Amino acid sequence: MREFFTSQFGVSITFSVMVIGALLGITTYCIYFERKIAGWVQDRYGPNRVGPAGIFQLVADGIKMVFKEDIIPGHVDKVLFLAAPAIIIIVSFIGFAAIPWGGQWELDGHLVNIQVANPDIGLLYILGVASMAIYGLVLGGYSSNNKYSLFGSLRATAQMLSYEIPLGLCILVVVLTLGTLRLEHIALAQTGYWFGIIPQWNVFLHPVPFVILLITSLAESNRTPFDLPEAEQELVCGYHTEYTALKFGMFFLGEYAHMITASALISVLFLGGWHFPWIPWAQPEATSFFAVLVKIGVLGGKVVFFIFLMMWLRWTLPRFRWDQLMRVAWKGLIPITLALFILTAVLVYFGLERSIWTLVGNVVIVAGALLIAGSFGREVTGRTTNLPPIPSGPFSPGVGGVGASA
Amino acid sequence: MLLASIEPYAAIGVTILVVMVVAAGQLIVAQVFGPKVRHGPVKDRPYESGMPVVVDTHRRFNVRFFLVAMLFLLFDVELIFVWPWARVFHHAATTGATIPLEDGTPVGKGFLAVGMGIFFALLLFGLLYEWKRGALEWD
Repeated sequence: MREFFTSQFGVSITFSVMVIGALLGITTYCIYFERKIAGWVQDRYGPNRVGPAGIFQLVADGIKMVFKEDIIPGHVDKVLFLAAPAIIIIVSFIGFAAIPWGGQWELDGHLVNIQVANPDIGLLYILGVASMAIYGLVLGGYSSNNKYSLFGSLRATAQMLSYEIPLGLCILVVVLTLGTLRLEHIALAQTGYWFGIIPQWNVFLHPVPFVILLITSLAESNRTPFDLPEAEQELVCGYHTEYTALKFGMFFLGEYAHMITASALISVLFLGGWHFPWIPWAQPEATSFFAVLVKIGVLGGKVVFFIFLMMWLRWTLPRFRWDQLMRVAWKGLIPITLALFILTAVLVYFGLERSIWTLVGNVVIVAGALLIAGSFGREVTGRTTNLPPIPSGPFSPGVGGVGASA
Repeated sequence: MLLASIEPYAAIGVTILVVMVVAAGQLIVAQVFGPKVRHGPVKDRPYESGMPVVVDTHRRFNVRFFLVAMLFLLFDVELIFVWPWARVFHHAATTGATIPLEDGTPVGKGFLAVGMGIFFALLLFGLLYEWKRGALEWD
């Protein structure tokens, strides 16, 4: 019995159940933090009634959702209607399986990975699982027999498909640089130092793919400024308009779980995963139980940073317009990421993939993109050139109106 | 003791099972604990801001969504070929090793680079063509 639980498979299973339990709690509490941050940004309190500083608000909300009337409307396709939230929950929770949370742990004289699964194609697995989230949104919208839901799911499909191409290309840049698809090896390859002080994280080699990956992750998890699929002013709630009670909550749980997966993936690909300089326990040599806890804490800290960033962006930036959204993906991010991929391939050919030239190339590509966009001007950026003149008069808010007379 | 290569996928399988139980549990809990659902002609109507439902939902939709799906298919299928290439190319370029082709001919990093160069030139030409033909316009 003890032999089973100290083997890699036993540790994986135990860790998997622990991670799922922890994530259920963390994703729920993400909603509390989201509301607190919204309150902070908008200069109000946020939830503060249930418990000290409102920390039991989510428990109260959860209980409320469980005891609400669980309507399955008469006009829906019942099987798909019930399958959609389940698919969302399943695909957004199993993505965690390949994330290397805590390096290695020396247990009964052998090393085990603190990771649910360490397949040799871990990166492809996460990408595949993440793109399956589209099915949940599409089925939810399509089976509801509601026009708002249908439009929401159509938008979600087009948006997630468009942003998956730059996402894949950014990850390909990392694969080309390090030559492996195993996430544990990607984390390990970033544990060295330049000049003995700068950690060899990929973000210092490729800052532009890092930023683009962050943008596409926002779009993939349908967060503001890319939340067109659930734009309240246009589509009520988008694809989950017809959902009530806990099924409604499951869509939220899935969205936040997707955010955490994306944050963990970005941290592993570009910020060294569990590695942190100057902390002796966050190095690959440290394999004690305490070191495992420190490594999980370090990766957790990076994830919390990204989640805070995403929430901060949500309450700061306005939403894109639909044609702007598609233009950013197809005419902005895809050409830039293609150029970055070619740059990385050329540098790998000459054996320079981890030198200062990657940084130079990044700067040159961004400068070139800005130059091209600037020289073509309105043709590329698509701004409308001939807006109708704003009528001016004593009561008009336009040019020469109230503002001009003041 | 499980086979080392199957082990990760077995662990993923167990994870999927656990999460499926969690998802099914949530669906069942909501059905069991919620109050009895009452149906009525108005309550069963889709919520479209309180307006009477005029036409069937599953009608034709804008063809541009179809176009996006087509473009995505082209791009993503092309990119799938790049994934294994990236791994093999990195191996050949960093170690100087040769990769055997199907008939056993060993090829180096130069062959791989030229092959992917032609492939990528076609991909870029396709993107440029789509751009010029206005397939990427939304207004």
